Order: sequence, then structure tokens, then C-alpha cells
Amino acid sequence: MRRAFDTILLIAVALAIWQAVHLLAPSALTSPVGTVKRAAELLGTGTFWPHVAETLTAFLYSLVFAFTGGLLLGLLLGLNQTGAKVADPILVSIYSLPKVTLYPVILLIFGLGMPAKVAFGTIHGIIPIAIFAMNAVRNMAPVYLKTARVLHLSRAETLRTVVIPAAIPEIVSGLRIGFSLTLLGVLIGEMFASQRGLGYMIMNAIGLHDVPTMMAVILMLAVFAVAANALLLWLDQRLHRRIT
Amino acid sequence: MNRVAWLRYFIVTGFILFIEILCRTGTIPATVMIPPTMMAVHLWALLASGRITPDIMETIGNVIAAFFLSVSVGFALGAMIHSFPRFRRAIDPFLATYYALPFFAFYPLFIVLFGLGRPPIIAIGFLFGVVAMIIATLNGFDRIPRALLKTAAVYRMDPLSTALRIKLPSAAPYLFTGVKLAIAYSFIGVIAGEFIMSSSGLGYSIAYAFNNFDNKTMYALMLFVIVLVTVVNAFFYVWEQRLLARRGR
Repeated sequence: MRRAFDTILLIAVALAIWQAVHLLAPSALTSPVGTVKRAAELLGTGTFWPHVAETLTAFLYSLVFAFTGGLLLGLLLGLNQTGAKVADPILVSIYSLPKVTLYPVILLIFGLGMPAKVAFGTIHGIIPIAIFAMNAVRNMAPVYLKTARVLHLSRAETLRTVVIPAAIPEIVSGLRIGFSLTLLGVLIGEMFASQRGLGYMIMNAIGLHDVPTMMAVILMLAVFAVAANALLLWLDQRLHRRIT
Repeated sequence: MNRVAWLRYFIVTGFILFIEILCRTGTIPATVMIPPTMMAVHLWALLASGRITPDIMETIGNVIAAFFLSVSVGFALGAMIHSFPRFRRAIDPFLATYYALPFFAFYPLFIVLFGLGRPPIIAIGFLFGVVAMIIATLNGFDRIPRALLKTAAVYRMDPLSTALRIKLPSAAPYLFTGVKLAIAYSFIGVIAGEFIMSSSGLGYSIAYAFNNFDNKTMYALMLFVIVLVTVVNAFFYVWEQRLLARRGR
């Protein structure tokens, strides 16, 4: 109860700051009320939904690729001590590259449109997921793997019945971060050289100085991201508690 | 050098060679990617001509400013949030979601607040880096062993020396992770900001070259960014390994 109250208080303070900045620079930032109004307006217009569908489709595809690719890569590397040691710094340095610089390459390979966005979202999400999964497996208690060997489990069985259940809390943490970064990747992809999607809408609104639309789209994205993340965070905390 | 490091070099060199061969044989057409050796040759020519020196200086300056701002402000905010557990519980889910927001969209707001030119780009780099530092600071302070704090209380250490002799050293590895992330994120934020919005800097030059089908310049600049970021990260990585080794872990 107190926790819910604290969250509401925090949101109220954030809204107050937002309103204050709006009063300071009315042309640069729409007021909270104005933004919500514009968002409601957008939700009622027919031209808005194709953009949402475009972004959501690209995001879902990217998520699927990033999740499966990242988990496979991370689990396989984690099971192999040498592989993990060799790959760790390489993965970390790929993670910290500004991937925007690689976007032109992706555009040249995939052409304009959906595949490029999906590829760009995927490269943002796949590395952190792989790093988390790899470290989860590496930090697993060795006795689990020894038990699996004693029981003569095959590699696939070991993965399914021992490794994944043991590593699942860390994996969920990785998925949570991967989720956020994949969304960011898709949106950045849409902000440059794209004609559809929410990222394009934001860029277009910036170009037209249509601040209310820009703010409304960002607000809706933020609400979506916070809601999805709260769900994953809840799952994350439950899983961590179960293990310890 | 040990076996692992050799293997790593082997893989990276092998990958570059592989791309080189694909490009040279025409499997990857020249309109998509130029061979890595050509990238290096063009980069050398560009650097020698001095044409991109102002852009390089500008980008590096922006990254350094964003980095110092995010580390100092992030540490201060993290320490503050940590001392208010209620506030912290409320803000945690928002910190975790933060990186999904496309804050490049706030660029117009930053122009109004800070004026045209470099400050808005630095602001974007700062926004990217600061939350990673806050989260790392919170993590570090969470993991200070209780026994050490009790010992400090028993010795009646004042808050300042407790902070300097107990809290800071215990939290140091986590703070270092935050510093590493802050440098990486400052790079990402600054270059992405320049790429999408700005009219100068390395990010902008890459986008400009792409829009003008100037593949040679584009790939040369990309190579420069990748090498620069990798060298900076490798430096911090080695430094961290040394620190950890000294702590006997």
C-alpha cells in the first residue's frame, strides 16, 4: 500500500516538473494535459494505427530473433569455459559500440524497409541477452553439471533440465535489458531513412515543429515500455527469490 | 600472452580476413561494402588530409564532456537515492525502463534550453550515460558488507572517513563498472545524436557520406569510430582486470 503511494507520489512530482519546464519553455514542451489530449486524439485517428502496427511488427520480429539468438549464443558459450573466456571481451566491446554507425551498412545490405529495422533492433538486443545468459551459465554451481554428468544426461537434456532452470533468473534479467534495447534499436532505425512507424512519426513531428504530436508519441511509448518492464521486473524478482 | 588471448586475436583477424576475401571476390558487391584494407587506406588518406580533424575533435570533446558529467552527476544522484530507501523502491522500475525511451526526440527541447550547437548533443550523451552510473552506484552501495559498517561504527569513525575508507573501497568494483558503461554510453549517445540530428561531428559525417553514396568516406569513418571505441574500452578493460587482480579475486 505504502509502495503504491510512493510510486504515485513520484509520478506526481515528475508531472509537476514537466509542467514547470512547460511553463519555462512553452513552445518546446507541451504540458502534460495537452500531451494526453493529443495522444487521445491520435488514438482516435485512422492514420495513426498503421504506424503502430509497423513498429510493433518490427519490434516483435526483432525480439524473437534477439531472444532466440542471444540465448543460444550465450548458453553455448557459457557451457564452454574456453569459449566464454575468448568471447567475453569481444561481446562486451561489440555491446559498447555505437551501433548507429553500422546502420548504413544494414541499410545497404537489407535495403529500406522492414528487414533493415528488424536487423537493427536485433543487433541492439542480442548482445546483452547473450552476455547475461553466458554469465548465468558460468556462475552456475559446478555441482549441478557434475550431477548431470553422473546421470549421463545428453547435451540437450542437460541444457533443458539443468542449465536453463538454474540460469533462468539471470536470463530473465538479460531479457529485460534486451527488451528495452531492442525497442530503442527499432525506434532509432525508424528515425533515420524510414517512411513508416512511430520513430518516423517522431522525426516527422520534430521536422514540422509539431511538438504535441512528438510528445504524445513519446508518452505512449514510455507508458508501453514502463508497463512491459514492470511486468518483467516483477517476474525477475519472483524468480530470484525462488532460487535463493 | 596466454592461449585465450591468442585464440581471441585469431578469431578477430580471421573474421576481418573473411570479409576481405568476400569483398575481393565480389561475393559482397562494392556498392554494399568495401574491403577492410581499402577502408584503412581511405581512413589514412582522410586523416592525412586533415579534413575530418575538426569533426573528430568535436566528437571527442562532446564525449569527454558527457562522460565526466554523467559520472559525477550519476554518482552523486546514486548516493543520494541510496540514502532514501523509500524513494529508491519507487524509482527502481523507472530506472530499469529508462533505456527503452528514445530520448533523441527531446533534442528540440534541448535546443530551446541550451541553444544550438554542441550543448544539446552533450546533453543527449549525458542522459545516456548518467542512469547507468546511478544504477552502478546503487549496486555498489548495496554490496558494502554490513560487518565493515559496524566496525566503522565501533571505531567511531566520522561519516567522512567512513565514506572514504569503507564505503568507497568496497563499492569500487561496481563503480568501475558504472564508469565503463558511462564511457560506452556517452559514445553511443553523442554519436547517435550527431547521426540523427546534428550538422557536424563524426556521426553527422557518416550520415552525410551515406546520403551522398560516398561509401569510401563512410566506411573509413566507421572504421575510425570502431577502432577508437574499441581501444578506449580495451584500455578500461585492462585497467579493471589489474584492479581486480590486486584485490586478489
